[in-house]
Amino acid sequence: MPDDAMIEAPTRTDAEALIKGKFGSKVVFRETTKKNSKGDNEGRRLYIDTDRDTLYELCQYIHDRLNFEHIIAVTGVDWVDHMQTVYHIVNYLTAMVIEVTVDIPNDDPHVRSVTDIWEGANWHERETYELFGIIFDNHPKLERLLTPKSYEFYPFRKSYKLRGQPDE
Amino acid sequence: MSELSRTGYQTDKMWVTMGPQHPFSHGLWTLRVKVDGEYILDAEPEVGYLHRGWEKECENRTYAKIIPMADRLCYSASMTWSHLYCKVAEEALDVELPERAQYLRVIADEICRIQSHLMWLAALGTDLGSLTIFLWCLREREFFLDLNVRLCGQRLTTNYPRIGGVRNDMPYYFERDCMRVVTRFEKALWDIINLTDESTVFVNRLKGISYLTRKQVANLGITGPAMRGCGVDYDIRRDDPYAAYDKLDFEVPVLKEGDAYARYMVRIEEMFQSCELIRQAFNALQKIPKTSPYRLKVSRNIPEGTHMARIEDPRGDAMMYLVSDGTGSPYRLKVRSPVFVNVSASKAMLEGCRVADIPAVMAMIDMCLGETDR
Repeated sequence: MPDDAMIEAPTRTDAEALIKGKFGSKVVFRETTKKNSKGDNEGRRLYIDTDRDTLYELCQYIHDRLNFEHIIAVTGVDWVDHMQTVYHIVNYLTAMVIEVTVDIPNDDPHVRSVTDIWEGANWHERETYELFGIIFDNHPKLERLLTPKSYEFYPFRKSYKLRGQPDE
Repeated sequence: MSELSRTGYQTDKMWVTMGPQHPFSHGLWTLRVKVDGEYILDAEPEVGYLHRGWEKECENRTYAKIIPMADRLCYSASMTWSHLYCKVAEEALDVELPERAQYLRVIADEICRIQSHLMWLAALGTDLGSLTIFLWCLREREFFLDLNVRLCGQRLTTNYPRIGGVRNDMPYYFERDCMRVVTRFEKALWDIINLTDESTVFVNRLKGISYLTRKQVANLGITGPAMRGCGVDYDIRRDDPYAAYDKLDFEVPVLKEGDAYARYMVRIEEMFQSCELIRQAFNALQKIPKTSPYRLKVSRNIPEGTHMARIEDPRGDAMMYLVSDGTGSPYRLKVRSPVFVNVSASKAMLEGCRVADIPAVMAMIDMCLGETDR
């Protein structure tokens, strides 16, 4: 099989082996510890940690080679000492979900946008930008979406306290 | 804009703002369209009028207190949203639901799906100028809301699923009532179909507008009936089963046409399939002893970790991503709303349509602003 041929419905083992072969030590696979609630949903979940320089290349590979056509969501998480973006990507034929996690330092909150791979990530990235202040490079229109344009703060960061939340 | 579409006017291009108060919008949002005479060149939705910071609010509450909040994500699909929230918490706790609760959730979800689709059809009726469709659909919907009252005491914000099961077992005679409603509805839906499909005006306004290809739909992230009307054969209930869906036999309607009419047909067929699912779930429930548990006792605190759960909402692929830090309230709870992504694709849906087609095209998204803005 040629190197750039698309595998339409890769199994979890296939996908893991291919990604490992291509990216080597740049990706770390996490195992699920769940036993009762169907564990990894019968091989339909794959958890990957990577760094932000590899992210775009990895996403392109997942999209072009492994036929993961649809992105469910882009999520931001504020871990106080660093930020994180989480990508859930799905293959329609196997219903397998790949979860890609990327750590982003607080002092340089930039990450490459994946909107040019999946158009569906567009608004999720805008939302993550306005609520967490994570900047997606190469995004076609990185503007505030849900909050007013006059906001100068990022309400979903842990430093933004709600009424009733302890100040610590 | 593709070369095939008609752009004969060559007038000055103009931006038209529709909303936030507009009959087609079904909630507060704005659609800005760039028009060339009658034809749409570009569209830009603006949402956020209802942004409450739902996800942030959850970080301030205990896990049990979020269930009624999840109901308020969408007024007409509240059952699936609270089900989804309970499901992500169950994944985190790593518990397997009792069988009885699994079937009760299927029944509750399918009642919710039918009444949500009926609300959509009613709204589509008024959008296209037929008040009869609206009245007939809402009359049928009322029977399903009555079933909700029997099951959980509420019509819309049901607050029925619990982490580890459901709040209560089904009441006495619920099966009889439910089967009466479903049998009646299967006939009544044909009456409604005769009203819509036999009407040339109704069909002509849906057929042949807003074509989307399979590739476009996948890339834009459109999910739900709008996706299945464009040839993507994918339904989480079948492909990544939860609750008792893997034990039930049903068909996923998929049409390859890709126009607004196909999306309408998919939803109609889904209602028939939901009736079938309710019937099968009751048959399966009869084989489970009446005294078997419908709810597990679970811990208040959820162990540390990240968890993801997804569900087939009436409007598409709903997902929740939970980050827990071992305390009694979530560290972060992300909601993936199907409508939020579907409406972001309005440009692709509307390009080349006429201004008069906007209500018909946007009705196929089935807008619900509660879950869009969160």
